[in-house]
Amino acid sequence: MIDKSIIGKEYPPFTVELEKRWVRSFAEAIGDTNPVYFDESAAAAAGYRSLPAPPTFPFAMIMDRNQSFMILDELGIDKRRAMHAEQSFAYHADLCAGDVITGLQKVIDVYDKKNGALEFLVTETRLQNQRGEHVCDLRTTVVVRN
Amino acid sequence: MVLFKDIEIGGAIPPLTKPAISHLQLALYAGAGADHNPIHVDEAAAKAGGLPGIIAHGMLPLGFLGQLLTQWVPQKQVRTLSARFVAMAFPGDVITCSGKIVAKREQAGEKLVELEIAAQNQKGENLQLGKATVALP
Repeated sequence: MIDKSIIGKEYPPFTVELEKRWVRSFAEAIGDTNPVYFDESAAAAAGYRSLPAPPTFPFAMIMDRNQSFMILDELGIDKRRAMHAEQSFAYHADLCAGDVITGLQKVIDVYDKKNGALEFLVTETRLQNQRGEHVCDLRTTVVVRN
Repeated sequence: MVLFKDIEIGGAIPPLTKPAISHLQLALYAGAGADHNPIHVDEAAAKAGGLPGIIAHGMLPLGFLGQLLTQWVPQKQVRTLSARFVAMAFPGDVITCSGKIVAKREQAGEKLVELEIAAQNQKGENLQLGKATVALP
C-alpha cells in the first residue's frame, strides 16, 4: 500500500525550456495542422509572442522532466502496474516557444478502491514562466493495480 | 466567431474525427510527448505487461480533445480541460471527439461556457469522458 504520509509532499522545482521545434513536433504527433503551431506569422496574427503550445502540451513538459515516473520509482511501484487514469489542465496565461518554465509538483491525495486492489495517487503541478507568471495547473491521477 | 449570447445549453459543438491511429503516430507521440514507455511502440513489451498488444498513450486522445476545443474557439479562450481515461485506444482505432454545452455562467468578468466532452472509438465505445471550460465574447 502507498504510505499516506506522502500526501502533501512537495518535490524540488524543475525547469524546462520550450523549444519551437518541440511545439511543432508535438502538434504533428497529435495530427493538428493548425498553422499557429507551425508558422510564426500565424501565431503573431492570433496574438501570441511565438508558437503557442497546444492544450495538452504541459503534460509533455512534466514527462520530459520525469516528474510522474520519479514518484513511482520513489514508492517502489512497478511502472507496468501503473496507468494514467485522469488528467486535468487549468490555463492561466499563454505558454509559448521560448518560455522557460519552472514547475512544482506535490502529492494531493492517495486513496484506494476494491479493498486496496486499486490505489490512486493524485498530484498537482504548478507551472510558472520566466516572468513569474502563473501559466498552468495540472492535476494527474495515476492508478496502480495491485 | 462563437458568441456567448448564441450558445444554448444542450447544444453540440462541431465534432472532430481523426484519422486512424497509426504506429507511426504513436512513435511520434512517444518522442514529442516525452513518454517512452515501450508498451506504446513495442508489441512484445506490451504483451509482457499483460496487455493484448500495443496501446496508444492516454494523452493522445486527450490531445484530440484539446484539438476539438481549439477548432471551435481560439486556444486563448480555453480555460480548463480534463478527462478520465475509461478505456484504452489501440493502433487502427478511429477516434471521434464530441462536446455539448452543459452550463453558462459569468465569473470574474468572463462569460464562461462549460462542456462535457467525450472521445469514442469506431465502435462507439467511450475511451475518455471529460469536461472543459471556455470563455466567449
